[in-house]
Amino acid sequence: MAEGTFLDFEKPIVELEKKISDMRDFAIGENIELTKEISSLEEKLGKLRNDIFAKLSRWQRVQLARHPRRPYTLDYIKMMTTDFIELHGDRRFADDNALVGGLAKIDGQPVMILGQQKGRDTKQKIFRNFGMANPEGYRKAERFFRLAEKFNLPVVCLIDTPGAFPGIGAEERGQAEAIARNIFVMSRLRTQIVCVIIGEGASGGALGIGIGDRILMMENSWYSVISPEGCAAILWRDAAMGPQAAEALKVSSDDCMRLGVIDDIIREPVGGAHTEPEQAARILKTELLKVIAELRQQSPDELIESRLGKFRAMGSCRES
Amino acid sequence: MEWFKKSKPGLVSQPKKDIPDGLWTKCKSCSEIIYTKTLEETFWVCPNCDYHFRISSKKYISLMLDDGKLEEFDQNLVSCDPLEFKDSKRYPDRVKAAQQKTGRNDAIISGLGAIDKLPISFVIMDFSFIGGSMGSVVGEKIARAIERAMDNSLPIVIVSCSGGARMQEGILSLMQMAKTSALLAKLAEQGLPYISVLTNPTTAGVMASYASLGDVIIAEPGALLGFAGPRVIRQTIGQDLPEGFQSSEFFLERGFLDKVVDRKSLRHTISLFLRYFTDNVSKRAGDPNTPGASSSVA
Ligand SMILES: [Zn+2]
Repeated sequence: MAEGTFLDFEKPIVELEKKISDMRDFAIGENIELTKEISSLEEKLGKLRNDIFAKLSRWQRVQLARHPRRPYTLDYIKMMTTDFIELHGDRRFADDNALVGGLAKIDGQPVMILGQQKGRDTKQKIFRNFGMANPEGYRKAERFFRLAEKFNLPVVCLIDTPGAFPGIGAEERGQAEAIARNIFVMSRLRTQIVCVIIGEGASGGALGIGIGDRILMMENSWYSVISPEGCAAILWRDAAMGPQAAEALKVSSDDCMRLGVIDDIIREPVGGAHTEPEQAARILKTELLKVIAELRQQSPDELIESRLGKFRAMGSCRES
Repeated sequence: MEWFKKSKPGLVSQPKKDIPDGLWTKCKSCSEIIYTKTLEETFWVCPNCDYHFRISSKKYISLMLDDGKLEEFDQNLVSCDPLEFKDSKRYPDRVKAAQQKTGRNDAIISGLGAIDKLPISFVIMDFSFIGGSMGSVVGEKIARAIERAMDNSLPIVIVSCSGGARMQEGILSLMQMAKTSALLAKLAEQGLPYISVLTNPTTAGVMASYASLGDVIIAEPGALLGFAGPRVIRQTIGQDLPEGFQSSEFFLERGFLDKVVDRKSLRHTISLFLRYFTDNVSKRAGDPNTPGASSSVA
């Protein structure tokens, strides 16, 4: 595995994997029997992986959520759906490549599926603006929501963004209004909406496609009001304090579950979604089908009232 | 307005060497030294350059509402500490310090009042309480104020002043954007008016939720508005920002505000809007419960 495509805490795992693969090559090349040795090392690998992943810190989960090999929105769409037709443009200004989506079928169930899209190499990263949508991205999403409502299609939002883009053009075209409008529209949309944080769920940029009947988080994703580094830069005046800020902000899927902000956590293969992307996509797909089938039982009136009730209840205050 | 004209002669052009505490105030924009009493009369708008000083939520209540009166609700709501958050200070200590400084439980006042005899649900944020940041209390009080408007078929006016969501309550602060906006969407379905008033500053999570969702949106002159803070944008793009970027005037030009309104005209402007939005509703529906119906005889 190339340097830089694994995280520090993955290093012992990666090294052991390398050792096993070397031994396998050696056994084949020299035509010697090493099956026993190999399976013993594989057992050790499994244990090592379980140990490391059983006690991940919040910061380690943030790192996993940003893993350079983590599946992105279009990867999941490719692995989970058939007949995907990407739709483009907000009909007002432009097509935002940082927020993509379209029509697809999940096991034959037609859906409107969309999400922020990150790039894998430098060129793609720039093309996708690092998964940071501009107002036209949120307005494209709003168009998709209305289309889905009109044709009674469930909406699936895959959230993976380090934030809405903070740029001059974004302000000129009303980034705040675009996000606010989506929250407003999604909260009364008369069709089913399932939101899944698949990687990074940073602040308003995430919430701009984050209102739904079910809010789910992949096990190693994070969701908060600000990125750990952003928080650290403000409160500790040092972005390098990100790990401390991640702890303080309680950004993990377990935290969000405990705080009543999400409905469920979607387990990832041990080692993270990037180690077994196909398996991760299968788990997500099964969960989506289950949830959509449940929500299809409710009338639009029931949907929007319980959706409102769900967000209405969030918060933590008391009478003094 | 009378008091505004009267205030002009109070202007002094020669700054004194020693400024007696409180008697004179230096304008943050034009550096003019102004007789504080004059500023009180102009609701803290510089008579020289029209700079709008930041004023307390109490002062807004006195300048905007009939008899300067608000029947306050939910003033006992206080924040819990859901994250057990600690940076240089524990969050509960930070809240306590802000409570002692401001005499309020959080960064918001809400209740029922009237403008030109038209009853309204009214909300005003207070920047002096942890930068007007929105946590669970702010979200809950706005939610209740919107529900109060719906229960009583009243218009709602929200005066925003906030740097955004409160970091110390983490993801729950973010969810206040959802809570308030979702209720505003329901309010809109009921045909009740919402006037959003933006003061300096209104940014980030507040701007990206209820502040941007008014049927009409007005702002005081020269307020800093927008999604991202100037520092973050400067860092991201690596260059200086143009003059006047993210000001009220900038957003008016870009199409995100209906009007930039001087502080002295806020009350009158809002009153006009409310009449336009409510008088017709009562005539159309002929329903005694519609807003405006009860007050249109006044
Ligand atoms: Zn001045």
